[in-house]
Amino acid sequence: MSTVTTADHHDEHHDHKPTGIKRWLFTTNHKDIGSLYLIFALAMFFLGGAMAMVIRLELFQPGLQFVDPQFFNQMTTMHGLIMVFGAVMPAFTGLANWMIPMMIGAPDMALPRMNNWSFWILPFAFLILIISMFLPGGGPDFGWTFYAPLSTTYSNDSTALFVFAVHIMGISSIMGAINVIVTIVNMRAPGMTWMKLPLFVWTWLITAFLLIMVMPVLAGVVTMVLTDKYFATSFFDAAGGGDPVLFQHIFWFFGHPEVYIMILPAFGIVSAIVPTFARKKLFGYASMVYATASIAILSFLVWAHHMFTTGMPVFATLFFMYTTMLIAVPTGVKVFNWVATMWRGAMTFEVPMMFALAFIVLFTIGGLSGVMLAITPADFQYHDTYFVVAHFHYVLVSGAVFSIVAAVYYWLPKWTGHMYDEKLGQLHFWCSLISVNLLFFPMHFVGLAGMPRRIPDYALQFADFNAFVSVGGFLFGLSQLIFLWVVIKCARGGEKAPAKPWEGAEGLEWEVPSPAPYHTFDTPPQVK
Amino acid sequence: MNAKHSTLIGKLSLLVVAMFAFGYALVPLYDVFCDITGINGKTASEPVSAEAAIIDTSREITIEFIARPNQQMPWIFRPEVRRMRVHPGEIHIMNYLAENPTGRAIVGQAVPSVSPGQAALFFHKIECFCFTQQYLAGGNDMLMPLQFYVDPALPAQFSTITLSYTLYDVTSQWQDSGQDTATEFGE
Repeated sequence: MSTVTTADHHDEHHDHKPTGIKRWLFTTNHKDIGSLYLIFALAMFFLGGAMAMVIRLELFQPGLQFVDPQFFNQMTTMHGLIMVFGAVMPAFTGLANWMIPMMIGAPDMALPRMNNWSFWILPFAFLILIISMFLPGGGPDFGWTFYAPLSTTYSNDSTALFVFAVHIMGISSIMGAINVIVTIVNMRAPGMTWMKLPLFVWTWLITAFLLIMVMPVLAGVVTMVLTDKYFATSFFDAAGGGDPVLFQHIFWFFGHPEVYIMILPAFGIVSAIVPTFARKKLFGYASMVYATASIAILSFLVWAHHMFTTGMPVFATLFFMYTTMLIAVPTGVKVFNWVATMWRGAMTFEVPMMFALAFIVLFTIGGLSGVMLAITPADFQYHDTYFVVAHFHYVLVSGAVFSIVAAVYYWLPKWTGHMYDEKLGQLHFWCSLISVNLLFFPMHFVGLAGMPRRIPDYALQFADFNAFVSVGGFLFGLSQLIFLWVVIKCARGGEKAPAKPWEGAEGLEWEVPSPAPYHTFDTPPQVK
Repeated sequence: MNAKHSTLIGKLSLLVVAMFAFGYALVPLYDVFCDITGINGKTASEPVSAEAAIIDTSREITIEFIARPNQQMPWIFRPEVRRMRVHPGEIHIMNYLAENPTGRAIVGQAVPSVSPGQAALFFHKIECFCFTQQYLAGGNDMLMPLQFYVDPALPAQFSTITLSYTLYDVTSQWQDSGQDTATEFGE
């Protein structure tokens, strides 16, 4: 290996880096790894999106037209797995890699070699997962939640590959999380005290702890599925004294904190963008930190709200109903703080701000339908309908994905040294905003009317709404091609970006030139 | 890598291992929790002694019996009657008919579930075929008894209790245990 890694070799060769494929394979540079994560996430976003297009194509009309039900089930399963573990989580990790060292004045991540490893195992995990679809019997088709006994008694042998892939994804996430924590705890520049940390750093620190707490539980539950299926254990098999409901408890003990893993960094991004374009300091910084921590702690106490219909005792349903509703309080604190930040600000509406504003409105809609779902008696009607699909797509697509897109527009000038095309960006925003609502809003109605999720066919009365939803879906998919074009165009050239392209921006990342040099903050800055 | 990093990595790795173990610890915790609270309709897997309390003749409880073999289980399996009305505290015997229509010996294990789940704690079994595995030679049938009573402390809100048995084929596990079977459970 001719790659003397620059992390252990800081010297005056500031832009010394190996060329070609080796630069990317052996890189330990946080900016390179951040780019790799982001590019990978974008590729997975389009792959998972293509599967969503298949789903919407099949659901365009009632009846079975294009795919058979088993393939449809594979599409819903793979779409979920790829979007959760392949798109949203790696995108946030990529942003963390790029921005956290620059935001806290550190020269790199604390563990650069592990960083390389945690990225490069990820493509193999998804390769295994995708290959499983082409084996006899097809890929996983039990939903991304892989409930036993669907994933044990009734699954085919691709389950083994699925389990292996999830293990690799988990290891990657855990290593990434350890890296983030060690970096933030040990490598802050002098004077960068805890309560001076940018909120993106704070939210990521808390997210990393959530990852460390729950990814091992996911690893445990997939291992139990594997041994139940192949090694005659009976964790989830009543014949051997196990219990399938136990699966749901363990899975959702992981699964609920997991959904906050996918939204807390989004809160950090919006908390960076809104003050910049409102040209005011963030309102209630300390309360934002405490609200994030409260959401993280509460996320461990609400898992069974996914299981109200399993026949829990009334006391348990009440407990989980109240703890779930309690989460609306710290989340509300955040939303009001963002609104208060904008109050009487000198606002401008560049693309990052537009996406951040859309995030605040649409995420709140998703949050409110979440409160509806938390009401136990009402949940019996909503459970497993398109109402749930509408809810989690509002918080994940117009929430998490919009925040990632906002972050890309916001920091793209810093990464590439060029301004993105504002006109195309605005076009991307408006197309996305309109189509995402066409796509997900009518799902509330068909869900309330009783259309079940994860079924390739539906009753005739849902036909009009579903055609409408599918058109929204296709438009949303096409709109993202504009995004791809904007990013490629910006990487290739464009108007030169100054060190601080946004007038109201604050933070160490804007003190280095654009594009950010390969090495930044070799000598730590003094934070006042 | 400096010492500050190593200490922190050590602690975080320990947390990872601990959480993996916690995932597995949830399995026994769940069973203990269900045992204590009786939720999930799990009844005790040990017999209770027959020293039943006073019989409460002031009310009658309907007991419904459901029995079904698991998909992989070829036995025919049904209760003698579908339902009976009992006074709390009264001891009753209920027979289940099992028939093995295949040509080979099969061992079955019945797993009970009580609905509503909260009533499970008040449904006591003095003797039950579900406490042990049941051996049945090919082409034979047998009566499997259940002796039970309903606790007089059963809250007034319950007037019907449904007892459901699912019967599983556990022949492979039986052979593993290597016990001599045919003599112990005759036809």
